[in-house]
Amino acid sequence: MMKSRSAAAPFGIWMTLFTIVPLGIVVWYAFTDKSGAFTFDNIRAIGDYAGTFLSSVAMGAIATVICLVLAYPLAFSISRASERAQQTMVMIIMLPMWMNFLLRTYAWMSLLENNGFINQLLGLIGLGPVNMINTSGAVVLGMVYNFLPFMVLPLYSVMVKIDVRVIEAAQDLGANSLQVLRRVLLPLSVPGIVTGITMVFVPAVSTFVISKLLGGGKQMMIGDFIEMFFLGNAPNYNVGAALSLVLMILILICMGIMNLVDKDDEDGGGLMV
Amino acid sequence: MKKTVLAKKLPVFRAAALSAALLLAMTAFTGCSGGDTEGPEWKKQPAAEKTGVTLNVYNWGEYIDDEDYQVNEAFTHLTGIEVNYKTFDNNESMYALLSSGAADYDVIFPSDYMVGKMIAEDRLAKLNFDNIPNFQYIDDQFKNPVYDPDNAYSVPYTWGTVGIFYNTDMVDEADLQQDWDILWNEKYKGQILMFDNPRDAFGIALKKLGLSMNSENPDDWQAAYQELVRQKPQVQAYVMDQIFDKMANNEAALAPYYSGDGIVMMDENEKIDYFVPEEGTNRFVDAMCVLKNSPHQAEAEQYINFLCSTAVAKANAEYIGYSTPQTEARKDLDPEVGENPNFYPPESVLAKTEVFMTLPDSINELQDELWRQLKK
Repeated sequence: MMKSRSAAAPFGIWMTLFTIVPLGIVVWYAFTDKSGAFTFDNIRAIGDYAGTFLSSVAMGAIATVICLVLAYPLAFSISRASERAQQTMVMIIMLPMWMNFLLRTYAWMSLLENNGFINQLLGLIGLGPVNMINTSGAVVLGMVYNFLPFMVLPLYSVMVKIDVRVIEAAQDLGANSLQVLRRVLLPLSVPGIVTGITMVFVPAVSTFVISKLLGGGKQMMIGDFIEMFFLGNAPNYNVGAALSLVLMILILICMGIMNLVDKDDEDGGGLMV
Repeated sequence: MKKTVLAKKLPVFRAAALSAALLLAMTAFTGCSGGDTEGPEWKKQPAAEKTGVTLNVYNWGEYIDDEDYQVNEAFTHLTGIEVNYKTFDNNESMYALLSSGAADYDVIFPSDYMVGKMIAEDRLAKLNFDNIPNFQYIDDQFKNPVYDPDNAYSVPYTWGTVGIFYNTDMVDEADLQQDWDILWNEKYKGQILMFDNPRDAFGIALKKLGLSMNSENPDDWQAAYQELVRQKPQVQAYVMDQIFDKMANNEAALAPYYSGDGIVMMDENEKIDYFVPEEGTNRFVDAMCVLKNSPHQAEAEQYINFLCSTAVAKANAEYIGYSTPQTEARKDLDPEVGENPNFYPPESVLAKTEVFMTLPDSINELQDELWRQLKK
């Protein structure tokens, strides 16, 4: 007991210095004005950004659902492949992450442009041009592309542990594929689903680079406004911190709902999603 | 002013490759002339003894010749003073870092209005111009600027104007008569790029209305805001560095930007041209300053003096592409650049330009608030 505790000490110090203390600073800024006096004004100012909050959460949620739908069958087929093939496929999933996030997003900007690669291909078969860049669809695409590995990997690591005999048993007992998925696979992979959703949803909701590059500065996310408050001509850390705080609370609420689903599932073995 | 890493790197590499090829070709023709191919002049001089002093320099990204002339290495070689060189990408983030006290720098490169702000806040050291004799080469029109009226705290490094880049295939030459109004023209709906920063965007709207970019009257800013709201449906995207890719690939017809970036843009796409609206525009200056708490002020001044020497100023002007205020260096530039009215506009154009001044806090707050409203 003592041993494991002291082994965790470096992480404890790390957490305190780089998570707890900064969080405290965010809270402090959010509830003070420029002179340092206590105020609720910053929180009130957030009302102006309700619409942006809503659209950010909506876009993040859509991207998360798309990631889940894409990643689930993919993770399953990887987990059922030979060990050699698994290694290769996981590597291929990770490969884009070796390149800088900013560069990858920049590349998507060039691909989606009206004279970009995709529209040129469409032009060859007599279609388009389709206006893709500077739309919310482009921003969601950027999120899906950038965060998909964060969905695949936790799903894969849970699924690879599912014993093939469990699936065979279900089939022997007369379950069709849909029933195997609903009654066996989904309940067993819930921890992976929850982790995956968290790891995609949180960075997606708070992103500002993707919306800037693919949204043309017209599809603003809440992260863009937080950045503006910190790096404006008249920086206002207080409102910026308040926006960040509300964003964190919103994310926590979303995660809380997820965990409830998770718990229900453990108790009742019911259907998830 | 705004130097890009992503967009700039590629042409720079290309230019480096090209000049390497040229050098090879030249040696092939001249036989074994030796000397010339061994790099910049300074390498032939003996290295100075190390002084043990390290200068902390904070400059814009891609804003010094670190490839051909290798300015910082040259300075260390000739003076024995080490240079710890770091970069920033906008005035506000530079200011945020310095005001947080998280870093100690000696030499910094703020833009005009930021110089004014930092003088007002007593953050800059008064320069001893005895240590900067090369200041004599600075063009008189850049001395005693509005942001530093007695020219006590700053030495200009580069300058340029804001104008409109346009695609000659997509824009009717006749429409250029509309000056700034062309950026509001519904004919070009969806083909206009606009600055993604409030000061430059509002500056254009104010000039369009015939108002000062440095107006301290809130009504002027509200009027400019209405103009920007009216412009928004015509705007394809609010961008900064992305402009290079978009203009190079004919994605947009019109985009206001900094003159100094024209060399890169026109290299990429020969259909791109540039003009400065006659109503007047912003002339920006990026200056060199020494922070008040610098323990090495004399060495910092030595560094500034070095950057003002003709060879170094020329190397930097060629590398960066922005205009140089150093008169001798300009004479040495390729006439296609040094005599180009886009980069060195005639007096008639310059007379109508305005340099950004530090705005009062209330106006800055209003500006930020209106900008956020616009973007929502």
